[in-house]
Amino acid sequence: MSVTDFWTPFELNSFLNALFIGLSIASIWLIAAVGLTIIYGTMGVINMAHGELIMLGAYTTYVLQTFFYIPFLLCLPLVFVIVSIFGLFIERTIIRRLYNRPLDTLLATWGLSLILIQGVRVIFGTAPKYVSIPGWLNFQVSLGFLHLPGFRLFIILATAALIFGTWYIAYRTTWGIRVRAVMADPDMASSFGIDSNRIYSITFAYGAGLAGVAGALFGGLKTLLPDMGSGYIVEAFLVVVVGGTQLLGSIFSSIILGELASIFSYFTNDTFARFVLFTLIVIFLRFRPQGLITEGMKRR
Amino acid sequence: MTITRRSLIKRSSALALALSTPAIFRPSAARAQPWISKNGTIKLGVLFSQSGPLAVVENDSTQVVLFAIDEINANGGVAGMQVEPVVIDAKSDVKVYSEKISQLILSDRVISTIGGYTSASRRAVAPFVMARDHLFYYPTCYEGRECTQNVICTGPLANQHSQDLIPFMVQNFGKRVYFVGSNYIWPKESNKVARVWLEKVGGEVLGEDYVPIGGSEFAPIFNKIRQANPDFIFSTLIGDSDVAMHKQFLSEGFKADKMPIASLTTGEIEVRAMGAEAGAGHFLSAPYFQALDTPTNNRFVEKYLGSKYGGGGVTHYNMEETYLAVYFWKAGLEKALAQTGDIEAITPRMIRDASGGVTIGDEISPEGKVWIDPDNFNMWLRPKIGQCQGDGQFKIIKVADQHVGPNPFEIYPDRGVCKADGLHTPAGTVQKGVL
Repeated sequence: MSVTDFWTPFELNSFLNALFIGLSIASIWLIAAVGLTIIYGTMGVINMAHGELIMLGAYTTYVLQTFFYIPFLLCLPLVFVIVSIFGLFIERTIIRRLYNRPLDTLLATWGLSLILIQGVRVIFGTAPKYVSIPGWLNFQVSLGFLHLPGFRLFIILATAALIFGTWYIAYRTTWGIRVRAVMADPDMASSFGIDSNRIYSITFAYGAGLAGVAGALFGGLKTLLPDMGSGYIVEAFLVVVVGGTQLLGSIFSSIILGELASIFSYFTNDTFARFVLFTLIVIFLRFRPQGLITEGMKRR
Repeated sequence: MTITRRSLIKRSSALALALSTPAIFRPSAARAQPWISKNGTIKLGVLFSQSGPLAVVENDSTQVVLFAIDEINANGGVAGMQVEPVVIDAKSDVKVYSEKISQLILSDRVISTIGGYTSASRRAVAPFVMARDHLFYYPTCYEGRECTQNVICTGPLANQHSQDLIPFMVQNFGKRVYFVGSNYIWPKESNKVARVWLEKVGGEVLGEDYVPIGGSEFAPIFNKIRQANPDFIFSTLIGDSDVAMHKQFLSEGFKADKMPIASLTTGEIEVRAMGAEAGAGHFLSAPYFQALDTPTNNRFVEKYLGSKYGGGGVTHYNMEETYLAVYFWKAGLEKALAQTGDIEAITPRMIRDASGGVTIGDEISPEGKVWIDPDNFNMWLRPKIGQCQGDGQFKIIKVADQHVGPNPFEIYPDRGVCKADGLHTPAGTVQKGVL
């Protein structure tokens, strides 16, 4: 392969489109990561089963569509509720018992992910399933240089809406203040009468619900397989480690990573883009292991 | 010789070691233990992925092997003995393939193994198969460039696969092509071969991109395709990625009649997974299509889909090639038995050596008469080009006039010629087990 084959010749329109694709990739990575960030940020639990919650969301959508004939848009809130309830169940039965043992939660949630993969495989089999997206989302945005499939635009908007909703809950409601108080100092929060266990349960359920919605959205892009979650967990972790434990950090890191991935793969190819991206992340973490944005110091 | 305490310890420990060593490491015992014992069953290894990204295709491979074995057993088995499948899930992981092939050979003691859908898995398995002089059936297409004495392939080689497809596409759609493939050896080698056919008809490669196996993000590639604006896309994507690419082709607003995808992989299984609307209008080169209208194929489709293994609802080139592999194995084993007369004396290598030239007629083979090349042990077949229709089935547009022979070194003539005993190099040497 010669050098000219390796480098794509620069063309402004396609490059600008690549920037939009970067935004689309960023929205996918962000929505995959946001539940993980919230759960990690609030209770310090590294949820290895996060990818499987995404997978459950996708399969739930499949079931709702195929057996209950529920339209796609209505599936999204339903999936959120169903996966949240499942998240609540996990928190009450497993995670709750391990709050003081972070390494054990890592193992327990990993074990849980294996159980979920096998469970879904037993119930649904290994044959791939797919989620059908409504016909009206099958349009293309073509404005001069910009070419974007309607469904990707929908994912960008849905991600923006969910992030805004999460921000609103965290910073504009009493409930959010309680969550942030528990994040900052659980003992101090308890002494002010906040039930931190209850906060943890609901936060975990909320994070799980977000993963479920992510899965429902990804179902339109990807074939459903029991182990599809493992593909997203890597990207979700990259967003979290680069961004740090705050919501804002995840937003910035997903945009930066998505754009870099898109730009590198525009100029070279997908394989090389991954190589460069992973290398840059390692270098970045050498100099800033805590990520882009971290919580401020405790004020006493 | 006096026995001192030290020598006693030495000898007794040597004896203990000899006794504790498993039977397979003792050469004399290994020779004595037959691969097939008269009173038992004939064990056949079945090594496909039932989970992971490759399961989209390989799950059906397992089913069709079990179907063929049932069929053979119901018709009296092989040489009057029943065939027993030893089924293992390789989990789409090359490490598992190489681990499990050793287990199949050493502890399950299968006489042969059928398995794999990717060259990565075949290459993971082959060294272990060669080291034990065992026999592996690779039941699908691959790139060639190999000359081993222990692998039989029942799918098309790169030279059989694209030599009709590329000129056909250039003639009907134009000379400017974009290559997209999964990132491993088969797509890369297939693209090399396709480039040769393309240059012969004056075509041009505008770009070449690869995504990881299981990768599903095609937006950056479609952006580059939009910029290059090729006449058609040549795809060597496999499994999950292939499905994702076709779906995104549609959602990106491309049209199959303006810029069709010419694929070496997108068959009935993939179309079932992506939905017929995403597959319609695109082209596939394969030796077999479910829609082939021959008495044998109609019977095969009806019988398979009606059996407990046919839950997937379609038949596919990969399944048919896998089905043929079981029958080639049966024919090879029976021929070896006719030569030796003693079923307990048969080794995997004898089956391989007997398989050269073995023919499966159109009364068994759904794709029509096929035979194994006596030199390189790949298959003579008739490549066909089909176009996917709105119902997910293919319309057969072109069938090769005659059988096309396999040539694993088609674009590497300076490497030599593959014969039954090894690769005959231009320097006059014979290399065995060339991977």
